[in-house]
Amino acid sequence: MSSVKLTNIVKRFGTFTAVHRTSLEIPEGAFVTLLGPSGCGKTTTLRMIAGLLDPSEGEIGIGGKRMNDVPIHKRNLGLVFQNYALFPHKTVAENVAFGLKYRDVSKADIARRVNDALDLVQLPQVGDRYPKALSGGQQQRIALARAIVIEPDVLLLDEPLSALDANLREDMRVELKRIQDRIGVTTVFVTHDQSEALAMSDQIVVMSDGRVEQVGPPEEVYNTPASEFVANFLGASNILSARCTERTGDSVVLEVPLFGRLAIPVAKAPNLTREGPAKLVLRAEKLHVAPRGRPADGVVSIDATIETVDYQGQAVRYFLRVGDTQLQAINMIDERPFAEGAEIALHVRPQDCAALPEG
Amino acid sequence: MGGGLGWQLVRGWAMLVYAFMFLPVAVVVLLSFNASEFGAFPMSGFSLRWFVELANNEAILRAFRTSIILGLLTAAISTTLGVLASLALVRYRVPAANMISTLLIAPILVPEVVLAVALLLFLNFLNINKSFTLLLMGHVIFTLPFVILVVQARLVSIRRDVEEAAMSLGANPVQTFFQVTLPLMLPAVLAGALFAFTISFDDITGTLFWKPGGVETVPTQIFAMLRNSISPEINALGTVMILLTVGLPLLGLALARQLSKKRGG
Repeated sequence: MSSVKLTNIVKRFGTFTAVHRTSLEIPEGAFVTLLGPSGCGKTTTLRMIAGLLDPSEGEIGIGGKRMNDVPIHKRNLGLVFQNYALFPHKTVAENVAFGLKYRDVSKADIARRVNDALDLVQLPQVGDRYPKALSGGQQQRIALARAIVIEPDVLLLDEPLSALDANLREDMRVELKRIQDRIGVTTVFVTHDQSEALAMSDQIVVMSDGRVEQVGPPEEVYNTPASEFVANFLGASNILSARCTERTGDSVVLEVPLFGRLAIPVAKAPNLTREGPAKLVLRAEKLHVAPRGRPADGVVSIDATIETVDYQGQAVRYFLRVGDTQLQAINMIDERPFAEGAEIALHVRPQDCAALPEG
Repeated sequence: MGGGLGWQLVRGWAMLVYAFMFLPVAVVVLLSFNASEFGAFPMSGFSLRWFVELANNEAILRAFRTSIILGLLTAAISTTLGVLASLALVRYRVPAANMISTLLIAPILVPEVVLAVALLLFLNFLNINKSFTLLLMGHVIFTLPFVILVVQARLVSIRRDVEEAAMSLGANPVQTFFQVTLPLMLPAVLAGALFAFTISFDDITGTLFWKPGGVETVPTQIFAMLRNSISPEINALGTVMILLTVGLPLLGLALARQLSKKRGG
């Protein structure tokens, strides 16, 4: 187990810069997720940590040691790929034992550790089979067992759940987190799936276009996005132009065309340091659709019309019209949603809003 | 089955084509068991005497030994070079990779006679005498494309992340090659070697141009014998050649099938 430290890392491919100057510190034992759309540089970053790519500039440290010139096979890392990458010509047990052959481990110890690893991933019976005979989910568990049996300093997971179908993916998510908690290995997880990132991580690193947009625990990244990109990438958000008119000790006052004056807590607008143009971030699930004429305390209410209803079972997504602005709201529902065309009230609590500086 | 008259005709035509292709071969095999001195029907009796005579013919035995040694060496060198070239072209970024690839494949596209004459003229130009080594080099040149084509096709389908996984687990590049890459492309490597051997074993055009005086391979020996007379011995030799060139690939196929069965299909 070790910490990972990236210092001023840059990766260029020819004239294209895949990762712009980035520094990142991953504490020992943490589960850190690199999250972003495809092409954002997250996999490139992971491959540099793994030693599969050399950074164009900057330093990579693992456990306090500079790793730039250490080849991948000497880095002691566990690597899990999207497509499992099991050795098709070796049995499951041989696959898991592979890394131990290159370490000073006795035959008896190899057998014991392989069994322990297969137990840990809950597949103790499949040692004699070939990978082809296993399902995708089972193969990914074996790939995980193979990566952790060597007791790696860092576990690197490159979209390990993306190839599985939806139900299995959620089970594996819980399973993966359980195993990581159990062995406590420092883990870097790459995904484009926000729900995976939110569910599993201690820290999320949101990336876009080769740059880090925000680093923080899931709740922070989700509730207080640091940029418009983060607000849009994690969940559905409504972003409205606003004007910051006043900053007091603990709140920021915004003038918003549709909502009037909103005083939101300073903690929800950490980057808004100046008065002037700003952006208001309204999470779709913080906008509550209610019948008109029932204002509650501490709630801002405006009138709106429901344009479209996207019914999803336990939740519903409304597309609403207020004047010439369209807003999205995602609400949990008891029985039936409001009908299309209904004239309703839209409630929002100021403390559920977040604000960003303009631009 | 059965179908209309059209299908019957098509089937009949196909039979005729096969007959045209394989009858001469069948005749050679049949006549090799003929007791008579003269290759003519009806056969005068069944006999293995021509095989016995073959086994006692020093020149043919020598040609056989030469052919087998030449074939094995060609297969070994071509396969090694082919595997290395394929690795370089597929796995590493080589400058002008496309041109090199075309250049390596080119010998199949050039008619063999042209290639044979060209190499001979080139050797003359360099004042190098013909030798067994040069004959071997010639065979390597025109078996190499087959090996490269087969091995490259296989290598492309081996996922890079399997090798990366091996390296992440502590195997260095050489160990990764022998533990992962080579076993995965073994069927193609064996197929390439088999190709190289049979092509070298069968070749006559290039060999006639390149062989030094006094060295004969089986095909050139048959060719030489045919110029004098058509001896029934040649029929026997033909039978042996057919057995070898058909049997070897079949054996290889069976072996490959056995291997993949062991791996759980």
